[in-house]
Amino acid sequence: MRFNIDPQMLWIFYGLLGLLGLASLIGFVLSLAVKSEGGKATVRNLNARIRAWWKMSAVFALTLLVGPKGSILLFGLISFLALREYVSLIRTSPADHRTLFWTFFVITPLQYWLLYTHWYGLFTIMVPVYAFLFIPTRLVLTGDTSDFLDRAARIHWGLMICVYCISYAPALLILDIPNYRADAKLLLFLAVVAQLSDVFQYVWGKMLGKRKIAPHVSPNKTWEGFLGGIACATAVGAGLWWMTPFSPKQAFFMALLITLLGFAGGLTMSAIKRDRHIKDFGTMIEGHGGILDRMDSICFSAPIFFHLTRYFFER
Amino acid sequence: MWANAIAAGARGLTGASVRWFNCQPEPRQRVYFANHTSHLDFVVLWSVLPKDLRPLVRPVAAKDYWKSGIRKRLAVKVFNAVLVERQPQAQDADQTHRMDSARQSLETLLEGLGQTNSLIVFPEGTRGTGETVGVFKSGIYHLWRQRPDVQFVPVYLANLNRVLPKGEVLPVPVISRVIFGAPLQPAPDETKESFLTKAHKAIEELSAL
Repeated sequence: MRFNIDPQMLWIFYGLLGLLGLASLIGFVLSLAVKSEGGKATVRNLNARIRAWWKMSAVFALTLLVGPKGSILLFGLISFLALREYVSLIRTSPADHRTLFWTFFVITPLQYWLLYTHWYGLFTIMVPVYAFLFIPTRLVLTGDTSDFLDRAARIHWGLMICVYCISYAPALLILDIPNYRADAKLLLFLAVVAQLSDVFQYVWGKMLGKRKIAPHVSPNKTWEGFLGGIACATAVGAGLWWMTPFSPKQAFFMALLITLLGFAGGLTMSAIKRDRHIKDFGTMIEGHGGILDRMDSICFSAPIFFHLTRYFFER
Repeated sequence: MWANAIAAGARGLTGASVRWFNCQPEPRQRVYFANHTSHLDFVVLWSVLPKDLRPLVRPVAAKDYWKSGIRKRLAVKVFNAVLVERQPQAQDADQTHRMDSARQSLETLLEGLGQTNSLIVFPEGTRGTGETVGVFKSGIYHLWRQRPDVQFVPVYLANLNRVLPKGEVLPVPVISRVIFGAPLQPAPDETKESFLTKAHKAIEELSAL
């Protein structure tokens, strides 16, 4: 199965191309204009981020063009890599080894296989019910009771965030909405709004940021960045109503929800990083950190966006 | 070719990040000594070296474990390993036997080093749990006495015990780190104890980075 390239999707791609081109241009001009040492470091990081955005957008766009299979595979891989960053970061015990093997190589692929076969019922309960009960069972079989509840909870939490929540993004591809050919446009809507919200928050924060919004959790997040970022990304989301089944007003509220949840996700993941005394989950994406640093907003917004759309719009 | 494929696999599985700390990869004779927690240790250490250095770097492994079948083929043919006898425990061998065995192992190591090669050694002698770095055996000191011209480079391997701990066959893809430190600078008349302490401390310092 293949997507016929939807003209509306093409418009979004052109928009992204223009945006990235503009960002690269600004980055280039800044690299010539900025002279101070600290400023140079910021611009270097900015340009690394922009380069990474080009690559991420290219990979995402290509898999969208391949069709649902491509997107499901891509997000399966993202979940796997995110879970890997998460597990590397948390404390685990040697007795967790085989349980972890199950989570990586059985439960994670299974979740995406359920999506692939459109087995919606099991898709929604496999991790929260079956894996939830399986993990402590497998752990208890090792006979090691030290920190038992902590160990079981940590592993399951990682599965929920990195696998269950992220898998809701490609699940948007299987929604069946009357009078609307969904294709990948809902997924694109979610990705564009959530990621633009992060970008706008970064830009507003860098330009005007003064008042810290959560100094103990994430010292780089400011009220100025938060308000400016949410407002801009929500406006863009509302402006993209034509590619969704929503009215402009509905698109506005959906986008607002996505950005707020994305912010909650970013803050929550920051709290974990802070607790473990690290800055980023990984080094995979230049300038951004790890996969999980880039996906934290999707983790929180994808499941809710999916269920609201399904509840109100699916036939 | 096999070696490079396995190296790529090991790097992919462990997502190993590499840091050279006050030390650079150089085409000169070295003994890389590292903490030992997993069968993957030497593969990963070897795989993060620049490709053109790898053929000259030989892991040192215990003969009893790697002596037969596919393991032997892997160790000897693919990785060009230097196989040495494990040292007998103090209680189950008499003094002369132990001395003989130690001398023989040293000969093997010197031969493996030759005039061009480098070695990867694990001075703890056996795999630990990864919580602390175990006591070093004295072989590395005797090697240095014979070849003071060779650089002894400490390497700390983090998280490989979580990828494939002792006693497990199936790996979990936890991200690991390989940290190379500054070569040891022992005094010409360094005693055995102080050499081993310095070497041990070098690894522990890297583990705190």
